[in-house]
Amino acid sequence: MAETLNLSQFVERSDAGTAHITLAVDGVGCAACIRKIESGLTKLPGVIDARLNFTQRRLAVDWRDNEIGAADIIQALEEIGYHAHPFAPERVEADNSRQAKWLLKCLAVAGFAAMNVMLLSISVWSGNVSDMTVPTRDLFHWLSALIALPAAAYAGQPFFQSAWRALRTRQLNMDVPITVGVTLALALSLYETATHSEQAYFDSAIMLLFFLLCGRYLDLAMRRKTRVFAGNLASFKAEFAHRLDANGELTRLPVSGLHPGDRVLVRPGELIPADGTVLTGSAAIDESLVTGETLARTVAPGATIYAGSINGSGALTLKVVAAGSGTLVDEVERLLEKATEAKSRTVRLADRAARLYAPVVHTAAALTCIGWLIAGASLHFAVVTAIAVLIITCPCAIALAIPAVQVVAAGQLFRSGVILNSGDAIERMAETDTVVFDKTGTLTLPDPAVDQSSIDPDLLEMAARLALSSHHPLAAALARRASRRVPYAGAVEEPGRGVRALIVGEEARLGSAAFCGVADTPPQAARDRDASCIVFAHGGRTAAIAIRQRLRPDAIAVTQALAERGLDLMILSGDRPEAVRPVAERLGLKQWRAGLTPAEKIAVIEQLESQGRRVLMVGDGLNDAPALAAAHASLSPITAAHLTQAHADALFLGDRLAPVLRAVVVARRARFLMRQNLALAVIYNAFAVPVAVAGLVTPLIAAVAMSGSSILVTSNALRARLAGPPSSSAPADDPVTARDRGFTASASDTGCPASAGHDNVKQNDARMELVL
Amino acid sequence: MNVLIYLVPLALLLGLTGLAGFMWTLKHGQYDDLDGAAVRILPDDDIES
Repeated sequence: MAETLNLSQFVERSDAGTAHITLAVDGVGCAACIRKIESGLTKLPGVIDARLNFTQRRLAVDWRDNEIGAADIIQALEEIGYHAHPFAPERVEADNSRQAKWLLKCLAVAGFAAMNVMLLSISVWSGNVSDMTVPTRDLFHWLSALIALPAAAYAGQPFFQSAWRALRTRQLNMDVPITVGVTLALALSLYETATHSEQAYFDSAIMLLFFLLCGRYLDLAMRRKTRVFAGNLASFKAEFAHRLDANGELTRLPVSGLHPGDRVLVRPGELIPADGTVLTGSAAIDESLVTGETLARTVAPGATIYAGSINGSGALTLKVVAAGSGTLVDEVERLLEKATEAKSRTVRLADRAARLYAPVVHTAAALTCIGWLIAGASLHFAVVTAIAVLIITCPCAIALAIPAVQVVAAGQLFRSGVILNSGDAIERMAETDTVVFDKTGTLTLPDPAVDQSSIDPDLLEMAARLALSSHHPLAAALARRASRRVPYAGAVEEPGRGVRALIVGEEARLGSAAFCGVADTPPQAARDRDASCIVFAHGGRTAAIAIRQRLRPDAIAVTQALAERGLDLMILSGDRPEAVRPVAERLGLKQWRAGLTPAEKIAVIEQLESQGRRVLMVGDGLNDAPALAAAHASLSPITAAHLTQAHADALFLGDRLAPVLRAVVVARRARFLMRQNLALAVIYNAFAVPVAVAGLVTPLIAAVAMSGSSILVTSNALRARLAGPPSSSAPADDPVTARDRGFTASASDTGCPASAGHDNVKQNDARMELVL
Repeated sequence: MNVLIYLVPLALLLGLTGLAGFMWTLKHGQYDDLDGAAVRILPDDDIES
C-alpha cells in the first residue's frame, strides 16, 4: 500500500526555504563513518550541509525544502548503511547543555582569576618574609581585588543563585555556607587591603570557586552524557504509526505525532502505538508489557487498549484517546502522583550534611568572636579571626565529597550498561535491603523463545523458515531460530490463522491447530499452561512448538549473588500464579505474589517500607510504574514501557540481569566512599578549626589546607572505579553500544555496519560474567 | 621594581587574551563534539596526490 512518511513535526523550517532536522544515527563507530555519511548526504541535490556530531551520534542536516525531503534523507542514509531516527531534543537536554555552557564560562573566568591572583599572592607571601615594601604589597593586593571581585561576582553566580533559592524556601543547602564564606572572605580582604594589612584572602575565595565549579561541571557533564545516550535510545525505539486520514489515505508518522481523535491502523504483529478504543476489527493482543499478563486478550470493537500492547492477530482500527483517560492508565497516573509526592520527602545525604554543617560552622565562628572579645582581644582581631574560621571551614571538601563520588560511580554504571535517571539514585540504591522483581519482561526476557527440546531439528528449521513469512509475534520468536534466514518463495499468510507454503513439493502449514488440520492441541503442550503453542505440519509430520517466556540467561546467578549480599528478594507479578510459581521455584525465591493490580503492588511495597525495609523495585510494565515510583529506589530494563522508564531511577540495557547486581554493588561502594569522604572532610575541619580559632590562619595556610583537602577528597572518590572489574578485562570499547543490541540489531562494538557484530555480543556477555 | 608597571599589566593582558580565546572557542561550539574532533583528523582522503 502506498504510504507517505510524515516527519514534519521534527523539521524546523526557515523563511528562506531551508529546512533542518536532527537525526540520531545508529551504528556510527569510526572516522570512516563520518566521511561516508557527510559526503554521502552532501552529494544529494538540495542538501546544503550535513554535520555529524560523533560524540552524541547525532546528525544535523540542512536542505532546501523544495528540492528534497526529510524522508529522502533518511532513505539515503539507509542506503549508505545507517539507520537514522528523527530526533526531537527533550527540554531537559536543551536546558542541560545551556547550563553546561554557562558553567564552563564561569569555570574559565574562575580559572583565569585564580591563576592571576595566585601569581600576585605568592609574590606577597614571599615578599612578606623578605623585603617587599608596603606600597608594592598594597599595589598587589589592589590588583588582586581588581581581578578577584568581578571574577567572583561572575563565576560565583551558580552558587549565589542556588543559595538564594534555598533561603527563599527557608532551607539550607551547601551553597549557603559557600556563599557566606566567599562573600565574607572577599569583604574581609578588601578591608585588610584598605588598612594596609599584610594579608588578604582573595586567592582562597577564588580558588574555592574554581574547585567547586570543576565539581559542578563534571557532575553536569556526566548527567548530560547519559541523557544524550538515553535520548538516542528513545529515538531508536520510537515507533511509527499508520494514520488513516479523512480521505482514506495512510500516513506513516512517528507515534509522538499522533493526536487524540486520530484513527490509526494496527496490523498484526505491530505494537499498539497509543491508548485508544477499537473501532473495527478484533484481535488477540499481548498485553504483557502493560499488565504483566502473558496470556493474550481478545478485543472487539469498543474495547480500550493501551499503548505498548502487541497486536497478535487481525488488523485493528483504533481511535486514539488522550493519554490517561483509560481506566488502567487513570489508576496508574493517580497512584503515581501519590507515590512521587511521598518520595520527594527523602533528603539527600549532601543536604543532610549541609543542614548539620552550616549551623555548626556559623556557631563556631560566632563563639570565636565572642571568646576573643572576652579574652580581651581587639574587636578587629576578634572579627578577623571569626571570619578566618568561616573561610577555612568553607565547605570545599564537603561540597566536593559527594558529587565527586557520584560522577565516578555514574560513569562506572554507564559503562556497565546502567543509565541513571536521577542524581541521588546511587545513594538510595545503596540503602536498599530488599529487591522486588516484576516477573514478565524483568526476570524473563521481553521476547519469548522456542522450547525445542522434543522437536526434530529439521522440522524445526523448516518451521522457523516458514515463520519468517509471518507477522505474528509468536512466529517472530520461532523465526529467530532459523539458521537460513531466507523465507520460502510463495509463502502465504492468512491473518489470524497461520502461514502456508510449498516445501519440497508438499504443503507445509504453520499456525493454530485447526489451521494445520490437527484435531487438537497435542497433550504435552496443553498441560503446559505458561507456554503458547504453534503447530507445524509438513506432509504427514506434525509438531507442536511450545513458545514460552525465558528467564534472563543469568537470572539464577544474579538472584543468588544478590541474596548472598544480604538482600531479601521477592517477586510481585501481575501474571497468573501458575505462571509465576515455576519462575520463583527455579530462582529459589520463597516470597512471591501473583495476580496483583498496580495498587496492590504499591500496598505490598508500602507495607515493606513500614517495616523499616528499603525496597529496590525492578520492573518494566506500565502496571509497575506506580510501584517503581513508590519504592525507595527503582530500576527498569530499557525495553520497559515509556511511562515506566520515566519513573525508574535508572535503566539497564541488554538481555542480562547482571546490571541489577552491578548497580547495587557500585551504589553500595559509592555510598561507602561518600561517607568516607564526609569523614575526611570532618577530620580536616577538626584540625583546621582549632588553628583558625587560635587566630593562626594565614592566607598561605588557608590556601594549602583548602586545596589539599579538595584533592584528597577527589582522589578518594576515584577509588569508586575500583568497585568493578579491573580495567584490563574491559577494553576501551564502549560496552553500552554493544549491550543495547537487544533492539538495535545492526550495531556492533565498532559500530560499523561493515563489521560483524555477533561475536562481539558474545565477548561482551562473557565479560559480564567476569563481573559476576 | 619599576619593571612591574608594565610587566604586571602585560601578564594580565596575556591571561585575558587566553580567557577571550577560550570564550570564543566555546561560543563557536568547539567543545560540542570532542570525540569527533579526535577521529576527524584520521582520514587523509582530502589530500590530493
